[in-house]
Amino acid sequence: MLRLREVSYRYAGYARPVLHDVSLDLASGEIVGLVGPNEAGKSTLCLVASGLAPGSIGGELTGGGLEIDGAPMAGQPLHELATRVGIGFQNPATQLSGVAGSVFEEVALGPMNLGLPARETVARTRAALATLRIEDLAERAPRRLSGGQGQLVVLASLLAMRPPHLILDEPTAQLDPDGTRSVGEALRRLAASGAGLLIAEHKTDLLAELCDRVVVLDGGRLVAAGPAARILSDPTLAGYGVEPPTAVRLERALAARGLDAAVVRQ
Amino acid sequence: MTKAVIGTVGSIGAFVSGGYLGPAIVIVAMLLMARVAGVVRPLVRASILLSLPIGISVVLVSVLTRPGATVLFNLGPFDATLEGVDFAGQTIIRLLAISLSIGLFILTTEARAFVFDLERRGVPPRFAFVALATIEAVPTLVERAATIGESQRARGLDTEGSLRARIGGLFPLVGPAIITSLTDVEERSLALESRAFSRPGRRQLLWSMPDRGPERVLRAILVLGLVALAVAQIAGLAIPGLV
Repeated sequence: MLRLREVSYRYAGYARPVLHDVSLDLASGEIVGLVGPNEAGKSTLCLVASGLAPGSIGGELTGGGLEIDGAPMAGQPLHELATRVGIGFQNPATQLSGVAGSVFEEVALGPMNLGLPARETVARTRAALATLRIEDLAERAPRRLSGGQGQLVVLASLLAMRPPHLILDEPTAQLDPDGTRSVGEALRRLAASGAGLLIAEHKTDLLAELCDRVVVLDGGRLVAAGPAARILSDPTLAGYGVEPPTAVRLERALAARGLDAAVVRQ
Repeated sequence: MTKAVIGTVGSIGAFVSGGYLGPAIVIVAMLLMARVAGVVRPLVRASILLSLPIGISVVLVSVLTRPGATVLFNLGPFDATLEGVDFAGQTIIRLLAISLSIGLFILTTEARAFVFDLERRGVPPRFAFVALATIEAVPTLVERAATIGESQRARGLDTEGSLRARIGGLFPLVGPAIITSLTDVEERSLALESRAFSRPGRRQLLWSMPDRGPERVLRAILVLGLVALAVAQIAGLAIPGLV
């Protein structure tokens, strides 16, 4: 269980916190969606939940902290944190190491960094590629992949570290519908394999398909949290700059014209 | 590693030996190896391109300003001396030998293989990564600069007109290229942290370069030869034709 307890965080050089008293639980196998307007603090929350803020980028937790399986993560070395929680960003090009000649090498980089024996590194790499069903990309040059393929390789690279929790900051932001669908299916498989996923995302259609729960962040504060179906159909959601899923909007449009909206749910 | 030693010994050897014969031996050796590797033409082209700007300035400065007893001709207030020509000739042949040595190494070595080999030999992974990432970043930076250039031209920036216009056009290209590169570096460093890049200690690499016995012997001979040459130079021992 990854747990944020009443976390407040501010960046180095800033007087005001970006996050205020944020509490959030992420259990194994659970997918939690994180929505909110731009500048709400979603990316910062992702960095704090992964331990990179303040661990790598600096700044200060002015309240609360990150716990994993009941143990506080403050002061943990980043390479140890990496085996407990992984983080992915929106642009696959900047997450690939830039030094690997093939996708296999790219995915193997993390396990190699952990100092694992070569046999274990190869086993983890093969397993990660298989889980994401991208074994056919193994020999391809990472630089020549499409955006969707690149993001799947990034996910495989994180998965090879075998962290029980993954934090993903807009993983489909730069992907076309096909790429979004591929990544969405991969995320579902990851959760089915036992990983807990926190996904910050503007594409509420994707969240409606994937998430067990959704939390809404606005101005650095959690303003709503609950089952995905309830939160994503909440009429106040648009007030936070979040566009409801297509099905919800269609239901409302039909209802506004006095038509039977139940047909959408069917 | 053997190629790196050949390149290094060739470069330093040409510099240390002086005269004409030493650098000439290095040049012939590098060209023979380039022929075996099938890279004679690109190597010669790259070598001339590298040596030419320095070579021209060396010729002008040495020939016209180096004092000497034998004046060949006058150019205004300057005397072109035979000693100046000799010095320029020695410098240019050294430059060619050095550029051929370095060029042969670059043209025949895959950067990744070299850096992984260094790491296998004990170079810290962080240093190896930075070296390789720097090399691999060049094509990406070139691609990005081209993209930024195209988008700036689409907005009316003149980057193909006069020299002045081209220089003026550089500034709107350099700024975005640097800023986006810095942003990328920050995100990449975070992504690498998430893959335990900062873990201290050695990694178990999946790949190793073959290192045969004859190659190790060759490297030892080359290094010992270079040391012997340097010692001879320092001791003032005359090696006919070399010193």
